[in-house]
Amino acid sequence: MSDLIQDLYREGEPIADTKCPDGPIENRWTEAKFENKLVNPSNRRKLSVIIVGTGLAGGAAAATLGEAGYHVKSFCYQDSPRRAHSIAAQGGINAAKNYNDDGDSTYRLFYDTVKGGDYRSRETNVYRLAEVSTAIIDQCVAQGVPFAREYGGLLDNRSFGGVQVARTFYARGQTGQQLLIGAYQAMERQVTAGTVEAFTRHEMLEVIVVDGRARGIIARDMVTGEIETHLADAVVLASGGYGNVYFLSTNAMGCNVTATWRAHRKGAYFGNPCYTQIHPTCIPVSGEHQAKLTLMSESLRNDGRIWVPKNRDDCDKDPRDIPEEDRDYYLERIYPAFGNLVPRDIASRQAKAMCDDGRGVGPKVGDFRRGVYLDFADAMERMSRDQVAAKYGNLFDMYQRITGESPYEVPMRIYPAVHYTMGGLWVDYDLETTIPGLFAAGEANFSDHGANRLGASSLMQCLADGYFVLPNTIRDYLASGPFEKVDEQHEAVVEARTAVTDRIEKLLSINGERSVDSFHRELGHIMWEYCGMERSEEGLNKAIGLIRSLREEFWRNVRVLGSADTLNQSLEKAGRVVDFLELGELMCIDALHRRESCGGHFRSESQTEDGEALRDDDNFAYVAAWEFGADRDGDDVALTPTLHKEDLVYNFIELKQRSYK
Amino acid sequence: MNLTLKIWRQAGPDDGGDFATYDVRDISDDMSFLEMLDVLNEDLIGKGEEPVAFDSDCREGICGQCGLMISGMAHGPDVTTTCQLHMRSFSDGETITVEPWRASSFPVLRDLVVDRSAFDRIIQAGGYISVNTGAAPEAHSVPVPKANADRAFDTATCIGCGACVAACPNASGMLFMGAKIAHLGELPQGQPERDSRVVSMVNQHDAEGFGGCTNIGECAAACPKEIPLDVINQLNKDFRKAKKGAH
Ligand SMILES: Cc1cc2nc3c(=O)[nH]c(=O)nc-3n(C[C@H](O)[C@H](O)[C@H](O)COP(=O)(O)OP(=O)(O)OC[C@H]3O[C@@H](n4cnc5c(N)ncnc54)[C@H](O)[C@@H]3O)c2cc1C
Ligand code: SF4
Ligand code: FES
Repeated sequence: MSDLIQDLYREGEPIADTKCPDGPIENRWTEAKFENKLVNPSNRRKLSVIIVGTGLAGGAAAATLGEAGYHVKSFCYQDSPRRAHSIAAQGGINAAKNYNDDGDSTYRLFYDTVKGGDYRSRETNVYRLAEVSTAIIDQCVAQGVPFAREYGGLLDNRSFGGVQVARTFYARGQTGQQLLIGAYQAMERQVTAGTVEAFTRHEMLEVIVVDGRARGIIARDMVTGEIETHLADAVVLASGGYGNVYFLSTNAMGCNVTATWRAHRKGAYFGNPCYTQIHPTCIPVSGEHQAKLTLMSESLRNDGRIWVPKNRDDCDKDPRDIPEEDRDYYLERIYPAFGNLVPRDIASRQAKAMCDDGRGVGPKVGDFRRGVYLDFADAMERMSRDQVAAKYGNLFDMYQRITGESPYEVPMRIYPAVHYTMGGLWVDYDLETTIPGLFAAGEANFSDHGANRLGASSLMQCLADGYFVLPNTIRDYLASGPFEKVDEQHEAVVEARTAVTDRIEKLLSINGERSVDSFHRELGHIMWEYCGMERSEEGLNKAIGLIRSLREEFWRNVRVLGSADTLNQSLEKAGRVVDFLELGELMCIDALHRRESCGGHFRSESQTEDGEALRDDDNFAYVAAWEFGADRDGDDVALTPTLHKEDLVYNFIELKQRSYK
Repeated sequence: MNLTLKIWRQAGPDDGGDFATYDVRDISDDMSFLEMLDVLNEDLIGKGEEPVAFDSDCREGICGQCGLMISGMAHGPDVTTTCQLHMRSFSDGETITVEPWRASSFPVLRDLVVDRSAFDRIIQAGGYISVNTGAAPEAHSVPVPKANADRAFDTATCIGCGACVAACPNASGMLFMGAKIAHLGELPQGQPERDSRVVSMVNQHDAEGFGGCTNIGECAAACPKEIPLDVINQLNKDFRKAKKGAH
């Protein structure tokens, strides 16, 4: 193996095969489906699949594989599958239906997504995503998902950040909830049919790999504390993203990296860990106690206008007293073609730039104002207050409940927050990880978004993966069965189980001084400061050092009370923070090695003269797939991962500098 | 502000359980009720006492995972979820009692955490439209009148939190169930299974030990999503009609 680079990582063999088919791009998925082997219906019930996660990706996959007749075991950490984090998505879901005849098409959705991802996603995957997008809407409507409709009874659309066609389907500000309820109901139907077995309040803590193949998981029953072994012929991780490494984010409190990180430790490569999306329209932090940040749907940018005062002295004035000529509608000024609808990374960075310039608004947290106005005064004049209320009422109510201010009276205040992680387990075209038999779907995989995710495209990807892609690709894997039975006493199973019980025992025995949350907050602070909206060589090096010493302190000084054989929320959190402490370091290493800016990854050393992200296609047009490189759990001071590059080749879309001016 | 909390502590499902009293200091108006409990828990951990177990996940009022009886009211004094209840709704020096949902169909697991899987089983009994993946017609082939679509939406907003059950003297789950019946019953797609759906769901509801509805209305008053009480009428009507049809 080659030498350590920058003392941090090694470079290994490039990735040879992504299993992407060849030929005209519009035929590839059809051909792949045809090439994939079939499983005879009577053999399906003899094949079993474990699916970790009941969000849009996992729920949809469980329902579909159940319908096909496979035996599915589904896991989630909440008390009901219906509560998966997907439920929180507000804005909408894209599909290339072209119901408005405004020039949309599969090709255009494909094009927008590749461009929006700053040319760091895989062409063939994105085309497939665009291709299946329309069937998602059909499926959801048939399930009874109450999308917004016009008076004529047909579906309504709106447009979302970064695109110029109206292709976003929505259900008021609760699209994620409605889509998830659809998938959940479809899955519960299969529970009744006997094909899906649901394990709620179960946390997966280890993957079982037998003879190089994923054959099961170890899970903890979060009520009784029992450590359970579940075996199957294939395992799917649909466990969501890892934005909570930042502690404060828009993610649900329980979102974690454990499922994917444990798989990574077992040999699954982790793709592009540093790609983090910072969402521009969140409610600003109000104080030190805060546990999470709340997103205000991006759809607000359709009608709201974003501004800050031109003069620093005006920042503490009532915004209504600042006359038009003293307001800087900076997005409209800098990006006249897209205005307030520029992509998220641009809107976020500009908001930060305004606040760094001393023109932020709202209360000071520390000695800094972190907020910009999102103003609906014009919209209310143009549309009437009632129409605004019909469109955004529930979001306005939510804002008022949290801040105590009414957006009908005073402009909203917003600030960027960590929202979505584009990185995740590396998967090939079949959504299979580098461990045979282990698949990853939804936000848990790295695949389709590139370095930036456009609005309304995650729900689309999760449902595409769950309803249409995975059921067709995993079939090919399952067709190579029947698989040899694995015994619960098999060495690999025992080893996985012991690893879990040892870790739990260790966490409970340290009995130090500091709570789990205090470590998590400190890690989050390091990540936001040095691996957040802007990253630099110096900052990242510093962060790596800080994370290593924090990890060392954690294993010496954490205090986890209670016992292993009861419901124990501190223990649950501790296990998650253990994994975040390792992931955080890998994210910094990835950010450090990628000496270019792209999408959500902004390296201060790589920018154009006017401060836009500057890509370096000659050197970085690849996916960074990391192989785990330390050999034991715990306070190992350094990770030494190995980098495998997957070259990104663009045959259908020309690589261009992204410009929204 | 400073507050006194009387919190239900129960080590496990088979444990008796009792109230414990705690003081919390320097609570700010901007905190949510759950952030206030986070502060208490950090304090308890500092003292070497086990933190209070309570459920939450999204903390944005949408997942339905949180749910506490706060001074006798489901989700507390405002019509919202517990995670969206803010401390500005309380005043300095107040004593607040915090209990888990109380209903025999929602057994307590620990402290403030209850088991609501009975709701999932009611959905399993028929709270869905049967359509296999890939078998769906083009979305625009079935128009839905806007009025029906809106009513379907309004009732589909139920988050399955269980406040309706906790608030009801009969511990009835009829509002939760009615919301689903109304949601699917408003849509053309939901018609073929309309009768069988309501019968199986009601049977499951009763088998789980939820009480019947005697029109008290506490459920709708406590519902953070303002599910209207008339979904129960719709449920009853559908149920009667389905029963008749079965004869
Ligand atoms: C506030 C908000 C608004 C958003 N709005 C939009 C939008 O408008 N449009 C859009 O396209 N996207 C939006 N997104 C992004 C989108 O919602 C998510 O990316 C997507 O829902 C992720 O779905 P998923 O199925 O991959 O995972 P999730 O829905 O996160 O589900 C993860 C599942 O895995 C389970 N799980 C995790 N770890 C474990 C473990 N160790 N053991 C057992 N189970 C585990 C959980 O219980 C859960 O069931 C939004 C996100 C947020 C936070
Ligand atoms: S009907 Fe209302 S109170 Fe009952 S579960 Fe649904 S949202 Fe909660
Ligand atoms: S935590 Fe999700 S509704 Fe309260």
